[in-house]
Amino acid sequence: MVRTFLARGLLVGLLAGLIAGTFAFAFGEPRVDAAIALEEAAAQAEAPEPAAEEAGHSHGEEAEVSRPAQKAGLFLATGLYGLAVGGVFALVFAGLRGRVGPRSDGLLALAAAGTAFVAVILVPFVKYPANPPAVGDPDTINSRTVLYLVMILVGLAATAIAVATARRVTADPWARWVAAVIGFLVPVGAAWALLPTVDEVADGFPATLLWEFRLASIGTQLVFWAAFGVLFGWVSERAARRTSDVPLSATAPS
Amino acid sequence: MSGLTTPSTIPFPRLRPWLLAVPVLLLVAYLVLMDNGAVSQTGAFLHELMHDGRHLLGVPCH
Repeated sequence: MVRTFLARGLLVGLLAGLIAGTFAFAFGEPRVDAAIALEEAAAQAEAPEPAAEEAGHSHGEEAEVSRPAQKAGLFLATGLYGLAVGGVFALVFAGLRGRVGPRSDGLLALAAAGTAFVAVILVPFVKYPANPPAVGDPDTINSRTVLYLVMILVGLAATAIAVATARRVTADPWARWVAAVIGFLVPVGAAWALLPTVDEVADGFPATLLWEFRLASIGTQLVFWAAFGVLFGWVSERAARRTSDVPLSATAPS
Repeated sequence: MSGLTTPSTIPFPRLRPWLLAVPVLLLVAYLVLMDNGAVSQTGAFLHELMHDGRHLLGVPCH
């Protein structure tokens, strides 16, 4: 039974990743291209300065992978990302089932995917939003990556706190929801306020392009989690209806 | 939430062996989203190939 969930998560994740990749290709790639064009123009203008070499990253000199290949790589990246995330989601889902959240597989899938989007994507995004090429100092990539991972952990911990808090409230459902939201927002808000701010947008980088890129980036994740939640829920609901519970493995994709 | 069971709960002992998949899956996610050659030993290749995906999935890329 766990095997069925895992296989389902991997397949649905791969599919949702490719759907998100299509969105990213249509709405994100034009902004990535525009940012790279700006970056190359800036690098050329500053070429005589020795600092420019450091500021320009691998696109320029190394360019091991051409732009068309990087656009194909986009689908590889989102597909593999979906596969990995979908697999982890499925195992968490198998653990939550019947213990936490809605009693229907379909609703649980939607609720868990929505929660995952908020906790793992939106919470870090608000503090450390996505940046297009040309924004961000390569020298700080390690600290920024660590901070980003810390925000993900904060989001996950806040989710656990929210669930635990809500469970203690035995009053009406509204009080539970209020408890859950407070339990979630207090640690998240504290982390937003206390963790260091990263501001590495160069003077003169077009604000509109930055905004459009960030919108496309969060949109890509939204498309992924929406597609994943709906598809995972749909497949799980169908499987649960076809076989009332135990012999789920009979319907497993082989 | 009292334990009325509609979808059957999977006992943790049955779940535990499958948790071994988690590190493997996280490794895949790491290679896609963050590795710059330290683990994959391919230098900047993986970074460059996954480049647009990293940016658009929202992780710090460079």
